[in-house]
Amino acid sequence: MSAEVLPYTVKPHPVTGLYNGKFGIWLFLASEVMLFGALFSTYIFLRIGAPETGPTAWPTGEQTHLSWKLGGLNTLILILSSVTMVMAWVQFKMDNLAKGRMYLIATAVLAIAFVAIKLKFEYMHKFHLGIKPSTSVFFAIYFTMTGLHALHIIGGVVVIAYFIGPGAKLWHENREYYTNRIECTGLYWHFVDLVWIFLFPILYLL
Amino acid sequence: MSGDHHHEPSFIRKYVFSVDHKVIGIQYGVTALCFLFLGFCLIMMMRWQLAYPGETMPIIGNLFGEAAMPGGVMLPEFYNSLGAMHGTIMIFLGVVPLLVGAFGNYVMPLQIGAPDMAFPKLNMLSYWSYFLGGVVMLASFFVPGGAANSGWTSYPPLSDIATTGQTWWLFGMVCLITSSLLGSVNFIVTIVQLRVEGLTMFRLPFFVWAQLITSFLLLLAFPPLEAAGVLQLMDRLAGTSFFLPEGLVVSGVVQTQISGGGSPILWQHLFWFLAHPEVYVLILPAMGMVAEIISINTRKPLWGYRAMIYSTIFLGFMSFIVWAHHMFMTGMGTKISAFFATTTMIISIPSVVILTAMVISLYQGAIRFTVPMLFALAFLPMFAIGGLTGLPLGLPASDIHLHDTYYVIGHFHYVVAPGTIFAIFAGIYHWFPKITGRTLNKTLGYIHFAFSFIFINIIFMPMFWQGMAGVSRRLYDQTVYAHGDAVQSLTVISSWGAWMLGLAQIPFIINFFISIKAGKKVSDNPWEATTLEWSAPSPPPHGNFATVPVVYRGPYEYSVPGASSDYIPQHITTEA
Amino acid sequence: MNRSRIIGVATVIVVIVCMMAPTVVLGQTDGPVASGHIIDGDYGYGMPPNASKDGHNVDNLIHILHWFMLALFVAWGIFFVYCLMRFRARAGHRATYDPVKAKVSKYAEIGVAAFEAFLLIGLSMPIWAATKNEPPAKELATHVRVVAEQFQWNFHYPGTDGTFGRTAAAFVDTVDNPLGLDRSDPAAEDDVFATELHLPVNKPVICDLTSKDVIHSFFLPVMRVKQDVIPGMRIPVWFTPVKEGRYEVACAQLCGNNHYSMRAEMVIEDDASFATWLEEVGKVEEFDEDELD
Ligand code: HEA
Ligand code: HEA
Ligand code: CUA
Ligand SMILES: [Cu+2]
Repeated sequence: MSAEVLPYTVKPHPVTGLYNGKFGIWLFLASEVMLFGALFSTYIFLRIGAPETGPTAWPTGEQTHLSWKLGGLNTLILILSSVTMVMAWVQFKMDNLAKGRMYLIATAVLAIAFVAIKLKFEYMHKFHLGIKPSTSVFFAIYFTMTGLHALHIIGGVVVIAYFIGPGAKLWHENREYYTNRIECTGLYWHFVDLVWIFLFPILYLL
Repeated sequence: MSGDHHHEPSFIRKYVFSVDHKVIGIQYGVTALCFLFLGFCLIMMMRWQLAYPGETMPIIGNLFGEAAMPGGVMLPEFYNSLGAMHGTIMIFLGVVPLLVGAFGNYVMPLQIGAPDMAFPKLNMLSYWSYFLGGVVMLASFFVPGGAANSGWTSYPPLSDIATTGQTWWLFGMVCLITSSLLGSVNFIVTIVQLRVEGLTMFRLPFFVWAQLITSFLLLLAFPPLEAAGVLQLMDRLAGTSFFLPEGLVVSGVVQTQISGGGSPILWQHLFWFLAHPEVYVLILPAMGMVAEIISINTRKPLWGYRAMIYSTIFLGFMSFIVWAHHMFMTGMGTKISAFFATTTMIISIPSVVILTAMVISLYQGAIRFTVPMLFALAFLPMFAIGGLTGLPLGLPASDIHLHDTYYVIGHFHYVVAPGTIFAIFAGIYHWFPKITGRTLNKTLGYIHFAFSFIFINIIFMPMFWQGMAGVSRRLYDQTVYAHGDAVQSLTVISSWGAWMLGLAQIPFIINFFISIKAGKKVSDNPWEATTLEWSAPSPPPHGNFATVPVVYRGPYEYSVPGASSDYIPQHITTEA
Repeated sequence: MNRSRIIGVATVIVVIVCMMAPTVVLGQTDGPVASGHIIDGDYGYGMPPNASKDGHNVDNLIHILHWFMLALFVAWGIFFVYCLMRFRARAGHRATYDPVKAKVSKYAEIGVAAFEAFLLIGLSMPIWAATKNEPPAKELATHVRVVAEQFQWNFHYPGTDGTFGRTAAAFVDTVDNPLGLDRSDPAAEDDVFATELHLPVNKPVICDLTSKDVIHSFFLPVMRVKQDVIPGMRIPVWFTPVKEGRYEVACAQLCGNNHYSMRAEMVIEDDASFATWLEEVGKVEEFDEDELD
């Protein structure tokens, strides 16, 4: 009902060039930047403050027990999922529900693969080695940041699943509205990928 | 878009899970007023302990059980819980939800001529997230060990080793932060996108501008606290050491189970990065309301409207780079403290500009001393006292003596209590007719004002002397110190002021509830105001305006020369 | 009857009454403090007495600031009240639409900004720099380690050799080694522990602050010294006591249930009494140790 009463729910505002949802998602992402920004700052703060040697020294290379190969693989998976996400939106723009849906499904599958690798091969591996968040500040920040990131991925998958399934009803009522929502989801998705692109080097490589 | 708009919404959809900004605004308002009152009750109990340390609290002393007040005497841990919860409740559950959730939600869309907020469902979610946060906070009083007792600032390591209540506090905060984030996205989109035709940014009432800047502050300042909250939860629940260095010895026990390597200072940076912008969240909408009410009741355009807006924007921007003035005593270097002292002095300038503009607006006006106007006028000197006493705190050298004393308590209560709370009272008296179609009783209003004004000063003025004398805040019993004992009489005065202030609220509460049903009926525009909300029916129906208004002029066209009446509403085409 | 005039006048009176209320009720409740010791100095509604060499700088700044604030507030208040009385709504009086063109406000604002700059650059920064930048020379100063814990202040003197013994959390034992002194370190042998802070007068003091558990704040009201004590950090503060007497050490940061009673006493005395005290406290300790062996 709101689409009828409220202006610019579907059509862009003539001055800002944005429909409400897109504007909203940009603002939301700004707050997410601050959220992850605070965590990245924490990382820098703690790393700078860490002593050169001793039990609380910052681990590097081997000591981190992180495999850059798995991390790299996950990076590729996420980049690919960003591509499929764009493709989905393009297909909806071109009025092709079936193909768009296919791409959405592909995105969700890639995302699930990402989370699976993260949990099964990375977290489990650490737990087997007896490494927990409480082991050191490095692992504390590793688990917190990647955990929060994984939650963002899972949240994204839920939303995408919704648009593949029940949410697709909207397509038949208002194609533009539906496509807009996919666009917003896509923006969010790219942001989550971007976060990973920063996380990967600071945790796995540096 | 779907077909459900033909059905008459059920009671639950209409009044409980409503998506109408007006209903949500009222929900926010009532809930937050209750929390405000609760926060006040907590402090009234604390004031007993402060005035008469170790004495049995009369009447209610025995209601709280052995864990909190054995024999009716408050325990230090209960005192600390009350203090921490007073701060949290007042700020996060009382004042911000009132200023933004209630007034912002109700008035702002009306002032911009919008039918509703841009995302009505998000708006509802925001309220319920707030409500949940409130419930969690309240429930924390009943967990073993009581509610959070490490101050509203929750400095680790103390908060890391505190009782379970702290965990609840953190979960509560996460809900409240979520609520604020959803709300702020909604506000910004609404203000930017949904203004009616002709309502350019520089024709917006100042209140809307204040809400816009406030929303940006909420949007960008809260996430770091959310991050900090997550880190503290990890410390408490997963045993990490984000805020704990190695080698801690708590109550004689060496803490070998923690890895160490963290920093207690990190929390303070993250916390104050939020909490300084947060204090401007507490003041900007209040200034917005005061500005509206002053303009209406002086029958004169606001003086320096644009300067006020630029100042507000500047203030919002600056508020992100002053946070460490709360941390001068943590041992920061000279250069860093000089930087933050400088930004702190700079940020006081826009406040001076805004306040000056409001006072000059009185000049050559025709001032009507209505009840809302009295509260709005009182706001000005009260904020001035609070603001001016911020200066000695902002200079590191004088802060050495004043930091963490009652001087700080005095400083910020002058801005939030006789400042913001008076602005809230002004807003309630002012917009009550719009919300209910009836006015609050004037006589009771004058009584409420006069006594509130006197007693609130009696509470907070002595605190400056106490602080000068060196009495620390969060002190269960100041008489253990010679310098505290010497000024104990001030504490007694202050406490009596607080209880009398409590009594002074009775006329208001009576007035409030009676007037909803039996207040004098008034027209849609009883104050003869110009902004759009007064062109809607009182109370406005679903969708707000019968026909979508179009705006032709600025917000404060009062006493225009040659006009027949002394005000021209924004939506009136030409002066006939 | 002119209601607005009455309200205007009433407002002024109320403001004045409220300002005065706390100061009217003078009359000091002095008296000894809980611990049984008499604390020296005159305490009342102003700042506590100053017993340090540089404390007056802080006091001066605070006083200048408050005169400045008062002047601003009064000037501003007069204008405010004048407006309220002069421009109240009444029959035949209409507000003026056009804004006042006065430049006064601009000058006032610039004046305020300039004065703030002066306070900041002219007063606060030099004082801060003078008290925080250059520690006194080690040889000339009394050196004390201050170790805070819930809810007690511990003072650690290096003894005759002038060097502190090594300490570490691993050695902590609540009964006879609360500060975790490494007894095998030769420098530790003559170290002295106390729960009262004794200092010789007219000699700079350097206190190294550390905390065992949570954040505390080392507050010496009469010395105009306040410094947070943060676990994991070692923060030095320095000052020069110039007045003999018995004073208080307060904790100014919420540190737990008994934060309010985390109090210690500080005795400023002449060199001779300080030396005697140090020796006696040292002896008591050795005695204890012998007993334990
Ligand atoms: C609404 C809330 C609010 C507002 C607006 C402010 C405004 C200011 N605050 Fe305050 N502050 C708090 C709420 C607020 N504060 C709180 C809650 C705390 C304590 C938190 C805690 O520790 O628990 C705190 C603590 C606090 C500290 C830390 C103190 C300490 O712990 O040691 C400092 C230090 O710099 C400070 C400074 C300032 C300054 C410089 C301003 C300035 O913005 C003020 C500017 C205003 C003016 C300067 C007044 C206007 C001038 C006039 C009216 C004069 C007019 C004259 C002419 C026109 C000629 N504040
Ligand atoms: C917005 C913030 C806010 C507000 C409004 C207040 C309001 C008040 N506060 Fe406080 N306070 C804090 C924020 C606030 N406070 C914070 C952050 C701290 C620090 C906590 C810490 O140390 O961690 C603090 C600490 C604090 C202390 C210091 C405690 C200590 O250090 O040990 C004291 C002491 O007196 C105090 C007193 C008061 C009093 C008397 C009021 C009064 O002004 C209250 C007046 C209230 C009313 C007048 C409400 C009236 C409402 C109604 C009548 C509702 C009616 C309902 C309906 C109609 C439905 N507060
Ligand atoms: Cu130690 Cu307060
Ligand atoms: Cu601040």
